[in-house]
Amino acid sequence: MRDDAAIVVQDVNRIYKVRGPKRRSDPQEVTALADVNLDVKRGELFGLLGPNGAGKTTLIKILATLLLPSSGTALVDGFDVVKEQKAIRRRISMVSGGETSGYGLLTVEENLWMFARLYGLDNKTAKERIDSMLKLMGLADRRRTKIADLSTGLRQKMNFIRGFISDPSVVFLDEPTLGLDVGAARDVRAFVEEWMDDRPDRTMVLTTHYMAEADELCDRIAIIDRGRIIACDTPENLKRSLKEETVFHLKVAPLGKRPEANEHRIEAVHGVRRVSTTEVNGHTEVTLILETEEALAGVIGHLEARGSNLLSLEKQEPSLEDVFVRMVGRSLSVDTSQRDE
Amino acid sequence: MITSRLLDLPLLRRSDALRTFSIAAWLGWQIESNWADPLLFAVYAIARPVASVLILVVMYSVITEGATQEPIFAYIYLGNALYILVSQVITGTSWAVIDDREHYRTMKQLHTSPMDGYAYLMGRGVARLIIGTISVLIVVGVGLIAFDLPLYPLTINWGLFLLSTVLGILSLAAIGIMLGGATMMMARHFWSVGEAVAGSLYLFTGAIFPLDVLPAWIRPLGFVFPVTYWLELARRALLGDNVPRFETLAAFSNGQLLGILVLFTIGLLGLSILFYRWALHQAKERGMIDLETNY
Ligand SMILES: Nc1ncnc2c1ncn2[C@@H]1O[C@H](COP(=O)(O)OP(=O)(O)O)[C@@H](O)[C@H]1O
Ligand SMILES: [Mg+2]
Repeated sequence: MRDDAAIVVQDVNRIYKVRGPKRRSDPQEVTALADVNLDVKRGELFGLLGPNGAGKTTLIKILATLLLPSSGTALVDGFDVVKEQKAIRRRISMVSGGETSGYGLLTVEENLWMFARLYGLDNKTAKERIDSMLKLMGLADRRRTKIADLSTGLRQKMNFIRGFISDPSVVFLDEPTLGLDVGAARDVRAFVEEWMDDRPDRTMVLTTHYMAEADELCDRIAIIDRGRIIACDTPENLKRSLKEETVFHLKVAPLGKRPEANEHRIEAVHGVRRVSTTEVNGHTEVTLILETEEALAGVIGHLEARGSNLLSLEKQEPSLEDVFVRMVGRSLSVDTSQRDE
Repeated sequence: MITSRLLDLPLLRRSDALRTFSIAAWLGWQIESNWADPLLFAVYAIARPVASVLILVVMYSVITEGATQEPIFAYIYLGNALYILVSQVITGTSWAVIDDREHYRTMKQLHTSPMDGYAYLMGRGVARLIIGTISVLIVVGVGLIAFDLPLYPLTINWGLFLLSTVLGILSLAAIGIMLGGATMMMARHFWSVGEAVAGSLYLFTGAIFPLDVLPAWIRPLGFVFPVTYWLELARRALLGDNVPRFETLAAFSNGQLLGILVLFTIGLLGLSILFYRWALHQAKERGMIDLETNY
């Protein structure tokens, strides 16, 4: 077992074969991961940040031994995800956000107990952990409630607890706050931080498409888009890479359709590096990454020429969202999943 | 909880397979015995099997004009009673895959834990085995009372009966697990694949009529399945001298049949372990472990 590396991913590719509705047609190939290389150090809280369809879940599933890579190798705690799955499964756990599954006819306590037992915990330890985690997550009064009678939010919480019962050395959290209300999401983030603080030798990989969550929690972040890792660094360094450039957030009257010709787009204005636009009820939000502040005048002139006008303007410290826009020229909220195409 | 203490034995803590098996059996029982309505349970475990045997009895009586004292009646009756276990064990084990994948959606959680997948399916079959056993006992009880089956506790060869039945059940579980494995690699599933297989075995394994009745070219099908040898041995053990001897198997002594049954069961178990591993690997290669059919 390597001492410093909890996860090593080398040249991993993953291709899904998808069959269309017509049985006879050849399967289409979807490349979910392309030449992914990563190292996660022991003790790190590592983030995978990318839009929907980027390949985050695919990578996590490979590391959690649910899916085989099409090529390449990956080690978790020093064990190979293809050849040493059992050894990996003793050390990991995985929780997916939005996961409301479970044996509905078992109580919260029974469900957790069952999984604790599958991990080989003895009764006493299992009971103690279940007790303390139920208290911590505010579920103690529901311990004898059948899962089927829990709200989806509480079921999600219970599943979250399940992921920590075995005190895993590597935890995979796939969009852990997906679908949770603000308060519950805060509980989850607080728990994650505390758990990692208390256990310096534990490792966590967390995927998210909420940049604020990645920024707040993660020691390091890999930005992933269309199956490729396009940057990997600490949140500070990622944001610092934008320091020489200037980031503005504009609200403007609706811009309408993106012009066909390149020279009519905002990108064509002198001094503009990157632009992303999002339609929000009744107006358009524009993220501008400029070489210098001086370029702003040109953009405002351009907007007026297109019959729009400025509603508000903010100069901001660059966020991870801006880093993403700078790198791929698209907002994080754009769904790049190929499923529906 | 007594069960939770039982499941905490040191042996179970050390062996993944035994631990998984015992937990899966516990889980299966929670699921199967969760009858909100005891009446439903009675219908399922008692009325249905009794009714299906009675239908057979009626048909038999019509054809033979009521000759329920003939040795062949007991032969058919017991074959059918024991056959309840066939569909219960095969569906019990194979159904768990569909149940976990489509209904409870716990495949991801189970298959990232250090459980033993093969032992898990075995364990999930236990509950239906228990329910099936209750049904068998009731059906046999009805046979004793209503049709005077020639079963005499002192002349029954209990050792042979129990041994062959255990082997038969193991081979059924192996078939069920192979079906479960096949289900894991399929995007679609046949809800009743277990029932279908159990149903077709019914014709080839001498449950209702001896293999002799089948055309010669179909008989080999019966010889391949351990179920055939189990049913033959179990009936010989139960009926002793009263058992009718049909040509196809009459030449084999009990010992020979038992030997064949042991070999076939071991072979089938080995095959099912290999097949399950292969199927799991395929499912992971195709990204189907946690697939839901409505994807
Ligand atoms: N089982 C599957 N079969 C076919 N394509 C899939 C499957 N799972 C994911 N994909 C495709 O692979 C790509 C990456 O998906 P995913 O890993 O789920 O992304 P993310 O978790 O970042 O949203 C998407 O284009 C998605 O449509
Ligand atoms: Mg995902």
